[in-house]
Amino acid sequence: MEWDWTFVRDIMPLLLDGLRLTLVATVLGAALAAVVGLVFAVLRRSPIKAVSLSTAAVVEFIRGTPLLVQLYFIFFVLPDVGISLPAMTCGVIGLGLHYGTYAAEVYRGGIDNVAKGQWEAAKAVNLTKRQTWVHVILPQAIPPMIPALANYLVAMFKETPLLSAITVLELMNQAKSIANSNYRYIEPMTLVGVFFLIMSLISVAFLRVLENRFKERT
Amino acid sequence: MSEPIIRMDSISKRFGALTVLDGLSLQVRPGEKLALIGPSGSGKTTILRILMTLESISGGHVEVDGEQLFHMPGQGGLVPANEAHLHHMRTRIGMVFQHFNLFPHKSVLDNITLAPILTKGVSRRDAEVKARELLEMVGLADKASSMPSQLSGGQKQRVAIARALALSPKIMLFDEVTSALDPELVEEVLNVMRRLAAETDMTMLLVTHEMGFAHDFADRVLFFDRGRIVEEGAPDEIFRHPKQERTQTFLRKIIAAGHRV
Repeated sequence: MEWDWTFVRDIMPLLLDGLRLTLVATVLGAALAAVVGLVFAVLRRSPIKAVSLSTAAVVEFIRGTPLLVQLYFIFFVLPDVGISLPAMTCGVIGLGLHYGTYAAEVYRGGIDNVAKGQWEAAKAVNLTKRQTWVHVILPQAIPPMIPALANYLVAMFKETPLLSAITVLELMNQAKSIANSNYRYIEPMTLVGVFFLIMSLISVAFLRVLENRFKERT
Repeated sequence: MSEPIIRMDSISKRFGALTVLDGLSLQVRPGEKLALIGPSGSGKTTILRILMTLESISGGHVEVDGEQLFHMPGQGGLVPANEAHLHHMRTRIGMVFQHFNLFPHKSVLDNITLAPILTKGVSRRDAEVKARELLEMVGLADKASSMPSQLSGGQKQRVAIARALALSPKIMLFDEVTSALDPELVEEVLNVMRRLAAETDMTMLLVTHEMGFAHDFADRVLFFDRGRIVEEGAPDEIFRHPKQERTQTFLRKIIAAGHRV
């Protein structure tokens, strides 16, 4: 089997379209995960036992089941109870919820790592709760979180092909359908691998820059 | 005699089954310098932490500068204080901690100016002028742009004192401020506190194991044991002629451990 550049040129527009959807799913999924993670982290810190414990249970449940199963559930099972959502929306919700639980753990660890004395010093100089979070706690908690969050972002990006299982025409799904209708796998699959590698390398480099910038500020 | 600036009335503090303070009462006059001594776990640090509202109380009343600390008027009587009341009360009190607790991500100058700018609406310019004066006073004028990690323990503690002073509290609380320092750095911090005691009329409460310093610094010494004030009096009375056996035993042990009285 030989590499066919003409074929590559023909399928490129379709693959780029798939790549676009992959990126959209990643960005929206990451944004949702960042927010969901924050909500989970805050609820887990709640002084009300019922809230913190039930949040912990939900987080453990989501973390303990495969993303693929969750995607199937959201896309194929929810319609049975009357909730029908577009495939892409289901994909973003699945990614956001799943990675939100990981983000929550990262947030929690980062916040718990700020010394207790910092809360007390903030109180002793009479900062409000909000000022304490904004000026004292978060600036110390966030920089150490960045490497872990970056790893999850790249991991999530590489898991987006799972969305092909719920009919989202992202990069992998496009490549599969091209391959199936042309009986040629080498070019589309190779290109999928190359695309993912390039995007991963770019995001890792970007996040290293971000990390260094935070380090300089502390 | 003027009205007390601090009036604690049968305060108790329990952590679960552990009783830290047991019906303790204490009055402090404005401008008075008080040294709180006693074995660890005797409740003396808890007194400071209660005054700074870092701990709540299990029973009793605390009055600071004529107002209830943990209660406020409401519904025809007193109701538990809300966050706004605590915020209002904290403006009168500053605290310096054993482990400094400087904000590590902010420069020395920003550590001092942060709270005045945020909580008192002082302009950055005015806050910095005052911060530099305070740094001058604690002998660290050249360290304004340093980060806390670049300072020695003694320097950190002097910055922490300046940070607390920047809010012009009426009452300053010093919680074992030299305990975490290398011995050769203790004196520079004590010198700042001596100056402060001599040059201001702030009320100061000091928890310490430095008996020599407590003797020179304080107008009154309180000896704590098991959540109660066992003995109190002028420094000479307590250190030279302690009446209670527990005080005598404690001071003997401290002297045996090499502390100067």
